[in-house]
Amino acid sequence: MSVATQALSEPTKPKPGSPQRRGGRRAMKSPYPTWFYLPAGLFYILLFIIPTGASFYFALTRWTLFDIEFIGLDNFAQFFREPALLQGFTNTFIYAFLTSGLKVVIGLLLGVFLTSQILARGYLRSVIFFPVLVSTIGVGVTFEVLLDPFDGLVNQSLAALGITGPGWLTDPAWALFSVAMVDVWKGVGLATLIYIAGIVAIPADYFEAARVDGASSWNNFWHIILPLARPATVTVVILSLIGGLRSFDLIWAMTRGGPGFTSDVIASVIYKQYQAGFYGLSTAGNVVLFLVIAAIVVPLSFWLNRKGTEA
Amino acid sequence: MNAARSRGTWLGLIAIVVTTVVFLVPFAFIVLTASKSQQEASLLQFTLPTQWQFFENLAAVVETRDGIILRAFLNSTILTVASVAIMVVLAAMVGYVLQRRQSRWNPVVNLLVLAGLIIPPAVVPTIFLLQSLGLFKTMPGLIAVHVAFGLSFCILLFRAFVAGIPRELDEAALLDGASPLRLFFSVIFPLLRSVIVTVIVVQAVTVFNDFTYALYFLPGEENATVQLTLYNFQSQGLNQWNLLFMDVLLITVPPLIMYIFFNRQIVAGMTSGAVKG
Repeated sequence: MSVATQALSEPTKPKPGSPQRRGGRRAMKSPYPTWFYLPAGLFYILLFIIPTGASFYFALTRWTLFDIEFIGLDNFAQFFREPALLQGFTNTFIYAFLTSGLKVVIGLLLGVFLTSQILARGYLRSVIFFPVLVSTIGVGVTFEVLLDPFDGLVNQSLAALGITGPGWLTDPAWALFSVAMVDVWKGVGLATLIYIAGIVAIPADYFEAARVDGASSWNNFWHIILPLARPATVTVVILSLIGGLRSFDLIWAMTRGGPGFTSDVIASVIYKQYQAGFYGLSTAGNVVLFLVIAAIVVPLSFWLNRKGTEA
Repeated sequence: MNAARSRGTWLGLIAIVVTTVVFLVPFAFIVLTASKSQQEASLLQFTLPTQWQFFENLAAVVETRDGIILRAFLNSTILTVASVAIMVVLAAMVGYVLQRRQSRWNPVVNLLVLAGLIIPPAVVPTIFLLQSLGLFKTMPGLIAVHVAFGLSFCILLFRAFVAGIPRELDEAALLDGASPLRLFFSVIFPLLRSVIVTVIVVQAVTVFNDFTYALYFLPGEENATVQLTLYNFQSQGLNQWNLLFMDVLLITVPPLIMYIFFNRQIVAGMTSGAVKG
C-alpha cells in the first residue's frame, strides 16, 4: 500500500526502526479517520444521490403542482412519441457529436501549432483560451447579436464579400448548427490547452530520434504526437461529450430551443416541461438524459482507456 | 533553421490576424456597443461610437431598478465565496483520506466521485427536496447545491495532489503526538496550498458563471445572481443594447481579473488529467 507513495516521494533509506513502528501503528486506530467522508457525503447524498434515486420513481408518475399519480412508463412513451420531444432527443446527439468532434480536431491542430516555434505563442494561447472563462449567457447574448440575419456583423461581413448569409438562428435548418459553432468557439480553448499539456509531456527523445531518422513533420505528427497525445484525446473526447450531451445554457440563451423545436435538446426539454408544470415528464427527461450519457460515456471511456494501456 | 524560423514568423503573423478576428472582435464589439448611445447601439454595427458614453451607460446600468445589479453582484460574490470555501475544505478531507487509507469504502467513494462528474443532476426532485427543507429560492440552498455538484472535481484534484506528499511526514507528526485532526489541518492542509489555489480559482469561475443552477434553484427577479440578471434583462427584449452589453461587460470583468492573476493555476486545474488520462 505504501509502495505507490514511496515511489512518488524521493527514495529514502529505510530507517532501522521503521518496520516495527509501522506495525505498531497498524494496531492503533488509523490516523486517517473515515468520518472525514461524512461532511462532504452529507451534501452529496442529500442533494445528489437522493434526488437522482428519486428521479427514477418520479419519472413514472404524472406529477403536477397539485397531485402525483403513478402511471408507469407513460412519460417515456410520450417522450418518444411526441415529435417535439423526440427532436430534442436526436438533436442532443447531433449537438454533442458535432461539438466534441470539432473540438478534438481543431483543438489538436491548434495544440500542435501552439507548441511549435511560432511568433507570439503566449498571446495566441491566452486569446484562444479566454472565452472558456466568459459567462455562457454573455457569450450567448453577444453572438445572438453578431449572428443577426440582417444587421449582424457576420452577415454584414459576408454581404461585403457578396455572400448572402442565412438567418443563422432564425432558420430552422441552421439554428442548432449555429449554436454548436458558438459552443466550439467558446470551448475549443480548453481542448487546445489539454492538447498542449499532452504534447509538452511527450519526452523530447522521440522527436530527437525522429530527427536523426530524417522524419518529416507530417511523420512526427502522425507517428509521435497523435499516438502519444492519446491521453489528451481521451480527456477531450470524454469532457466535451459529457458537456455536449448536458448542454443547456448556451442553447437557452441563444434560441430558447427555437425556432419551433428545431434547436431543442433534452436539457432544454427538461426545463420547458418543468416550467409548464409537467414535473413527471420533466423528470423522465432527466432519466433519459442520465441513461443516454451513461450509455455513451461509460463504455467509451472504458474502451478508450483500455486501448491506451495496451498500446 | 533560418527558413523554419521565418516560416514560424509568417505563420505566427497569420495566426495573430485570424485569432484576433475570430476571438477578439466579439469582445471588442461588447466594449464598443457598451459605449454607444441607445440609438446608435440599436444599429448593431461594429463601429466606433460617434460619441463615447461609457460612463453614462455604466451609471445607467447601476441605477436600473434601484441598483438591482449591485444586489446581484453581492449575491454572486457571497455565493461564490461561500460555496467554494465549503467545497475546498470538505473535498480536501475526502481526497486526503481517500488517498491515504485503503479501506472497503474506497471503491464506493471512487464510484460516487465519478458518478458526480458524469450524471446530470435530477432537477425537479432536487427542487422538491430543497422545498421540503425550506431552502428553495434561498441563497443557502443554492450554495449547498453548488457544493454538492462541485465536490467530485475538487476531490479528484486533491487526491492526486496528496499522493505526492510523502507519508513520512504523517508519521513524524504522529510520533510527535499530533491527533488525526491536527495532522490534517496543521500539517497536511497547509501543504496543499498550490492545489487549493487551483481549485479555488477554477471553481470560483465556474460558480460565478453558472446560469443553469441559478435558473432552477434561485429563480426570480429581485434576489438574483449576475447571470440571471443578464438573462432577465435579455428576456425583457428592451431595445437598450448599449445597457445590455454594459451588463455583459461587467459580468466578463471578474473572470478576466482572475485570468490575469491566476493564469497558471487555471490552466493547471482545467487541463489536469490530460497527461495522466
